[in-house]
Amino acid sequence: MMRVAQNNAWVLGLLLLLLALLGVTKLIQPGFGATGLESLARAALPFAFATAGMAIVVIAGGIDLSIASIMAVCGVTAAVLMQSMGAVPAVVLTLCLGAVMGAINGGLIVLTRVPDIVVTLAMLFVWEGVALLILSSPGGVVAPGLRALITGSLVPYVPNALLVIAVTISLVWLPVRRARLGLSIYAIGSDDLAAFRSGVNVGLTKVIAYGLAGVLAAMGGLSLIMLTGIGEPVPGPYLLASVAAVVLGGVVLGGGRGGLLGPIIAVFVLRIIRTILTLAAVDPNVTTIVEGVIMVAVVMLGAVVTYRGVRT
Amino acid sequence: MVETDQTYLLDATGVAKSFGAVRALTEASLQVAAGQVVALMGANGAGKSTFVKILTGALRPDSGRVLIRGNVARVGSPAEARRSGVVPVYQEPSLIPDLDVADNLRLGATPVEPFRHWVAELGIKALRLDHMIGDLPLATLRILDLARALAAQPDVLLLDEMTAALPTDLVERVLKVVRGQADEGRGVIYISHRFTEIAELCDSATVLRDGRTVGAVKIEPGVEDRVVEMMLGAKLDLGAAAGRVAPIAQGIPRLRLRGLEIVPKVSDVTFDLHAGEVLGVVALEGQGQDEVFDVLAGFRRATGGTLEVDGTAASFGHPADAIAAGLTFVPGDRAAALLRQRSVRENIALPFSARIRDWGPLRARHERARVNHAIEKLQIDTRAQGEVQRLSGGNQQKVTIGRWLAHGVRTLLLFDPTRGIDVRTKRQIYPLVRELAEQGAAVLFYTSELEEIPLACDRVVVIFNGRVVDILDAAGATEAVLMRAAYGLTAERAAS
Repeated sequence: MMRVAQNNAWVLGLLLLLLALLGVTKLIQPGFGATGLESLARAALPFAFATAGMAIVVIAGGIDLSIASIMAVCGVTAAVLMQSMGAVPAVVLTLCLGAVMGAINGGLIVLTRVPDIVVTLAMLFVWEGVALLILSSPGGVVAPGLRALITGSLVPYVPNALLVIAVTISLVWLPVRRARLGLSIYAIGSDDLAAFRSGVNVGLTKVIAYGLAGVLAAMGGLSLIMLTGIGEPVPGPYLLASVAAVVLGGVVLGGGRGGLLGPIIAVFVLRIIRTILTLAAVDPNVTTIVEGVIMVAVVMLGAVVTYRGVRT
Repeated sequence: MVETDQTYLLDATGVAKSFGAVRALTEASLQVAAGQVVALMGANGAGKSTFVKILTGALRPDSGRVLIRGNVARVGSPAEARRSGVVPVYQEPSLIPDLDVADNLRLGATPVEPFRHWVAELGIKALRLDHMIGDLPLATLRILDLARALAAQPDVLLLDEMTAALPTDLVERVLKVVRGQADEGRGVIYISHRFTEIAELCDSATVLRDGRTVGAVKIEPGVEDRVVEMMLGAKLDLGAAAGRVAPIAQGIPRLRLRGLEIVPKVSDVTFDLHAGEVLGVVALEGQGQDEVFDVLAGFRRATGGTLEVDGTAASFGHPADAIAAGLTFVPGDRAAALLRQRSVRENIALPFSARIRDWGPLRARHERARVNHAIEKLQIDTRAQGEVQRLSGGNQQKVTIGRWLAHGVRTLLLFDPTRGIDVRTKRQIYPLVRELAEQGAAVLFYTSELEEIPLACDRVVVIFNGRVVDILDAAGATEAVLMRAAYGLTAERAAS
């Protein structure tokens, strides 16, 4: 029991921080309730998916700078496909496309042995161009049923958007996490030589990790068009936001440590800080400064606490 | 060869492997029969590690064949080698630091119960499967590695320097278990620098030299000399030692080490280094010499014993402290010491601007004269002087040493400066080292090439298993004498 608490101390801490911030929001704006929660969750959805995808890649010891561009490609593809086919086949095709794009990223890294950061930086531009080829200006359609999917709350105080991400993560990540593949992903991120010597197929594992990130990025793209109702070919601000949430969520940038829950909670923490500062009528320029300071402070505090924990 | 008319568990013949222009292995062979423990031996750079990597599937050979149980083995990865029955325990732990013990077992599909059995058998009590690997001490990790390999029930077990990081009680256990494995009909390949262990455990020894198997011998009393001879072979003569008179050691030594201890590798290192002297250090890989140099260079602190510099006690917490005390470290890895994109001239002049009070305008004339002198000494082709990275490895190393000619140095710590350098350049490096000593510097010179000792050094200390086992006059130190000492043979004789 102690051990479970110890291993998940970071996630628990973030959860407490999130609850505290929700309390602060309620204090500043007494009207904040189910509706506020619902719109917060909805707005955070694309960020949450981008972050989940990034987290998998970072755990595997890489980084995917092209994640926002993959989201854009998937978003416009789905919006275009839905002009001529039903929502379900369009979504399935889009998810496959995301997996393929992620696998291409991973495959290039493994085959060329060029560092992850360089390959995915290059692919950032490639996918960006692809998105503009598919749709040169915002357009396409989104099935109304899909839009309804992420709106409202089936269960009181539990927004549907939250359920969407919970279901996706439990379908995409949990089976992997519980299988040997999940261990392999952690292993190659932790020490790829030791993983190789333990009999892990390092290259294949890396490709799969990037493929999974691609699927989650595709979900991010889909959730974005569900939010806006239109395909947008220019990538949004999801790259740096996802890296920030991954770090804040307790995933070590060197790989091998952390999970998906922490980063997703971190997304909500970062979103709600922004909400609070907006509600408190703080200068938007100051807002970003505060966000940056909080990130450094939390990660530093976490490092100090973990270090103490190891020592005692 | 020892035996010929039977099917070996593992039979490698004519294995060759090149890395670019470097031929690491030319014709390596090794046979292991059931029930046998075979020692694989060779001096540093003989090709042992490359051979191990090929046998375990981490590298593919250019040519040659590896038979396992008489079948041609296509081992393309450690996983395949494992399936075909060859299970290695590598020199460094190969467990994933961020996973716990149970997950590491799942990763390699290792059955848990046999693993637990072997861990207990090997003398580790109270191991919990939910311990993170990263939190466990090195010795425990080595045991876990071995237990994992044993649990896989290998046909052939390959142990690479398994006992290097282990305390003696665990070594005893390991040897007993490994012997038991052989008695059950498995084959074992045992790589170690320790003759005592080999004598206790092994049936025969296969000796590698310069990438080729030079023979296999049965282990019997007195075989050490023959193995040492085989490892050395006939060497190219590097030129006779210059007729030097060893300076008489007197006055306060520049460096005075007394019972230096660095847990876990170094237990007792004691020697004096005087001004004007080149003191050689001879040791096999991983006997604690790296740690001793780390302490002298200020990268880490000693855990016991005393270090005196010019008669005052010293303990360096940072490389800057060591440099301030006049100790200059030249690493074996040239890339770590040079600005690769800058010119030879700048690299040599660099120490002139290392101190903050030297950050003003360059004192051009004074500097240029000394730099010119150094460049002349270095005999570097001037056409390639624009960027250090365009120089050959040997010439780069000359720059790392030569810069101290221009700058002046009190105590120079050279760590294997001639590794991977051609014979001609080597011969230019020894006079550089000698000249530094004649200028009054004290030089500590670790080298993995034994034949260099009489050429560059006045005296030589031999480190084995973390302690100084011998201090010899360099002039009379032949390779055979040094090799025997480096393998701890003289010390054992004296003790027994």
